[in-house]
Amino acid sequence: MVRVLIPSGALGLNYDKQALARGIAAKPDIIAIDGGSTDSGPSYLGRGVSKYARSSTKIEWAGLMQARAEANCPLVIGTAGTCGADSAVDWMLDITREIATEQGRPVKIAVLRSSQDPAEVAKAYAEHRMTPLPAAPELTAETITSCSNIVALAGAEQITQALNTGADIIIAGRTTDTAIIAALPLARGCHAGGAWHGAKIGECGALCATNPQSGVILIDFDAEGFTVTPLADGAHATPHTVSAHMLYENSDPFILYEPGGHLDVTQSTYTALDETSVRVTGSKWVPSEAYTVKLEGARPAGFQTVLMALLRDPHYVANAQKWVDDITAKCSAKVQDRLGLSASDFTLEIRLIGQNASFGALETATPQAHEVGAIGIVTAQTEALSLEIGKLLNPYLLHHPLTQEEEQPTFAFLFSPAEMPRGQTYEFALNHVLRLEDPMDAFTLEVIDHA
Amino acid sequence: MPKLRDIAQKVRSKNAGPFWLTIDIFCGTPEAYGQITSALSDTQVAATFGTSAQNIKRFELPDLNVVKISLPRPTVQGSIQDRDMHGASWAALLGEITL
Repeated sequence: MVRVLIPSGALGLNYDKQALARGIAAKPDIIAIDGGSTDSGPSYLGRGVSKYARSSTKIEWAGLMQARAEANCPLVIGTAGTCGADSAVDWMLDITREIATEQGRPVKIAVLRSSQDPAEVAKAYAEHRMTPLPAAPELTAETITSCSNIVALAGAEQITQALNTGADIIIAGRTTDTAIIAALPLARGCHAGGAWHGAKIGECGALCATNPQSGVILIDFDAEGFTVTPLADGAHATPHTVSAHMLYENSDPFILYEPGGHLDVTQSTYTALDETSVRVTGSKWVPSEAYTVKLEGARPAGFQTVLMALLRDPHYVANAQKWVDDITAKCSAKVQDRLGLSASDFTLEIRLIGQNASFGALETATPQAHEVGAIGIVTAQTEALSLEIGKLLNPYLLHHPLTQEEEQPTFAFLFSPAEMPRGQTYEFALNHVLRLEDPMDAFTLEVIDHA
Repeated sequence: MPKLRDIAQKVRSKNAGPFWLTIDIFCGTPEAYGQITSALSDTQVAATFGTSAQNIKRFELPDLNVVKISLPRPTVQGSIQDRDMHGASWAALLGEITL
């Protein structure tokens, strides 16, 4: 039996300290926590930075390093620093060293790095070692080499290698959400389907239970399946909450692809052991012929400047879309005229908050708001150009009249300056898998003794 | 004519990675599940999201009284055209479908 303690769905989201203490008292074999995903968008991967505050990360990680010492078991974080790029891993390593020194406890740290050299990825693409996943974007060698960061998602094999170093703490770059939980049960011969299924159920912490924000859960893996137990007061796992978690952020509720195969839960059975714990058996692991890892990449997509105005005059609220369409056409023409640009050199869009900002042309509801926010979004190739176009848009959002005859209107600006530079933006560029001869081919492992 | 959200207990949407959107319709009761599975067509769902029915992946889970709909994201997450980084609001659009 392998007992995995999961403090929460992500480091930075906090965890219930009392529940964590219960988990430590239950003598876990490993403490595993996720550090990120693509869910917050391409900027974090593009820049190679964390979305969570360093202060939150440090306080929560220090609590887990202390818990690890008390439990005398390894502590692993996957997708460190939100995106799992090398720079985010180094940021996490720096925090870890700082805490280790403050806690006065020597630790052995294994660092698994997942960043890829774009030139090597372009070579793999040219050599047909990459396969697009459904809905993958069009890819060229230039798209790949223009990525500021590309990461490969490690699976259980790479985490196992890191565990085999005997490290106290494993800081992993990008991994699948499940790999950090499944690795030890798999390495110790637990049921493979159960290991992956339990890992998927546990990867968001107590989201698979009632009282989902409480975070801490314990999963026991064995030869036939797994048992999940949330540890916070008032948190209960039921067959319904556990089986429903397969729906979460998953396009297919029965199949989950991982490096080296896929999980099939079609035949899984969920049994309540008591009011709190659920046992799951019958899950199936289907190994694949080739060993593949998924790639994620983000590349620069221009600089943005945003402006915002509020419409409260009932006539303008009622005619907001007409007003926006007129501004967009006139301002775009002015940008081309005054800056000598062509229409493809920039984008200028104004979205109406209170009318159709959520869905654009797909919106079906009739606007009813008494006020409307107009957010102007400018994207161009340089920061200076984006700001310049923002400044050309400014007078329109402030004073543009619906008709020539009326007195010049003025609309509400929230800020001065009205132009808010958002800096470099990024876009996701890859949704592909890379075939590997050896699971470690795309990853590196470093062991650090922090005295 | 009832809207989907009037019959279902809850409709939620979320990214399933940067390129896919997934929407879970928690029907709540076997009756609501039966009503929704028979009345909600893939064509209607596809039209709501401006795509074609062949892009709609639909899963029916009678044990949970859940219908799950997955489709390529109407805009890639975080692209210049995207309006909803986490895919949070799309559920509301589906919930307003008239059955």
